[in-house]
Amino acid sequence: MRLVILDNYDLASEWAAKYICNRIIQFKPGQDRYFTLGLPTGSTPLGCYKKLIEYHKNGHLSFKYVKTFNMDEYVGLPRNHPESYHSYMWNNFFKHIDIDPNNAHILDGNAADLQAECDAFENKIKEAGGIDLFVGGIGPDGHIAFNEPGSSLVSRTRLKTLAMDTILANAKYFDGDLSKVPTMALTVGVGTVMDAREVMILITGAHKAFALYKAIEEGVNHMWTVSAFQQHPRTIFVCDEDATLELRVKTVKYFKGLMHVHNKLVDPLFSMKDGN
Amino acid sequence: MRGEQGAAGARVLQFTNCRILRGGKLLREDLWVRGGRILDPEKLFFEERRVADERRDCGGRILAPGFIDVQINGGFGVDFSQATEDVGSGVALVARRILSHGVTSFCPTLVTSPPEVYHKVVPQIPVKSGGPHGAGVLGLHLEGPFISREKRGAHPEAHLRSFEADAFQDLLATYGPLDNVRIVTLAPELGRSHEVIRALTARGICVSLGHSVADLRAAEDAVWSGATFITHLFNAMLPFHHRDPGIVGLLTSDRLPAGRCIFYGMIADGTHTNPAALRIAHRAHPQGLVLVTDAIPALGLGNGRHTLGQQEVEVDGLTAYVAGCSVESALEAASLHPAQLLGLEKSKGTLDFGADADFVVLDDSLHVQATYISGELVWQADAARQ
Repeated sequence: MRLVILDNYDLASEWAAKYICNRIIQFKPGQDRYFTLGLPTGSTPLGCYKKLIEYHKNGHLSFKYVKTFNMDEYVGLPRNHPESYHSYMWNNFFKHIDIDPNNAHILDGNAADLQAECDAFENKIKEAGGIDLFVGGIGPDGHIAFNEPGSSLVSRTRLKTLAMDTILANAKYFDGDLSKVPTMALTVGVGTVMDAREVMILITGAHKAFALYKAIEEGVNHMWTVSAFQQHPRTIFVCDEDATLELRVKTVKYFKGLMHVHNKLVDPLFSMKDGN
Repeated sequence: MRGEQGAAGARVLQFTNCRILRGGKLLREDLWVRGGRILDPEKLFFEERRVADERRDCGGRILAPGFIDVQINGGFGVDFSQATEDVGSGVALVARRILSHGVTSFCPTLVTSPPEVYHKVVPQIPVKSGGPHGAGVLGLHLEGPFISREKRGAHPEAHLRSFEADAFQDLLATYGPLDNVRIVTLAPELGRSHEVIRALTARGICVSLGHSVADLRAAEDAVWSGATFITHLFNAMLPFHHRDPGIVGLLTSDRLPAGRCIFYGMIADGTHTNPAALRIAHRAHPQGLVLVTDAIPALGLGNGRHTLGQQEVEVDGLTAYVAGCSVESALEAASLHPAQLLGLEKSKGTLDFGADADFVVLDDSLHVQATYISGELVWQADAARQ
């Protein structure tokens, strides 16, 4: 793995956005060649989305030839509910960029046949040629997407019941009322994300530190599903200082020492204005 | 033309780089319009998978719902209370000219007049949708003649009336058919007013209290009978007194029907009401404030003699004044509140999804730069200067 450590949340968000920007531009997307991006929700990626929007608004980055696949969506929440992941993606990303609505894929938590919806999603990813870069986050319980502790590490897109840790973590979005938080969600599987050609996990904040420790310094374990990515050929963990608080000093020093190498991935920052 | 037919195929307009008034706040959001209505862009994106057909950059300006004037007696030389042969042209002229002031809907107001005038004029001013031709007519506001002698203000004494004899029948005999009538201003202390208020309210006509010497109790009783508006608060009514606040006391009365909001018109020209008095009313009951012009035929004309119904009025200079409240409050007082008064808040006075796309583009000093009705540009500052 690459473990990229930045001083604070803003710098981590910016590094991640620059990386995504460079990957898209270097790919040279076009009419018959779409860049496929997996996307997360939650508070962690907000800063990254803001920077991507900024690059777009300044004319450096277009999403015209980008296809996106979101990781998950609540079951039973109306699509236009302010806390649905559809609302999140619209307000925090899609409405600010130039993506074709037909290329923005999010699971439908109100589908009549939920498993069929999940199977169709897997097919759409396959038809798009697989995911070039899957961006994700980590839950305090070490989950990736809604692959709660105990999820199969080779799982596919399916219906999951949320663990109490997740419900507690999400209560803040539902006026702190646990009874209002959805209890089920559709989610890509660990296996689905593992199929991506590259994976980038964003982890910021002290409350995620223990999960990060379990994910990268302990073994591969279905109780901490992000640990599965120890067996992926191209994974980047982008963190702030606080997220590294539970890691060994040796681990942090080693990867901080590599920052000059990591920074070559984002500097220079490419722009579509350069006729790429 | 508004309609569901063909709306789905109609062009989608996206107004960008603007601040829109929504939920009582100015938000940095785009305004989407289709088929003459405000469109939900999120629904368009996820359900129809469409983007805008055309984007218009608003240069960072404010987009507010079009203003609604529920008390305007005429303007630009036109007097709505004059029984001319072609009342329609006069209304059309005013409707077109007020577009430049950001007014997209209005209630032409008739002051106290003899029955012959009502019988001739009222049928000639039907409710009409707005458009490039002018602001929409929501219905007439009949101010008088059932008002107090003592508080008649500029209304002619000779034509004041009462409905003691036959209550609602007296009113019908005076006005004629009420199809085009939206608001009636009357004094509740007149005998049998409660029967009249109830009959008008039952017909969906808004009853307003004004030109009256009613005390607070009488005013409260009138609200219980159905009155929902106060015509130009402070003017032509008993002054606020701490032992009997009169009609003004309705703003803070605890004896009104539960959930009922009493609206009050205020002429914010700095002359009719001292700005400090306006602020007292606004702070006491901000949700009820409705800005009106109470404009007279002399609006837009120079100094000199002009008619106002059966009277002549001398005009000597015009003053303009902006209420000392927040921008958002002022904008709502000129759009949302009059719409709520008339029960139209789902389609007018708001930029919520599904509402009619009647809106104005304002600069930071709240000067009107452009006016839109049903999503169509009907007036523009630059064009006017040519």
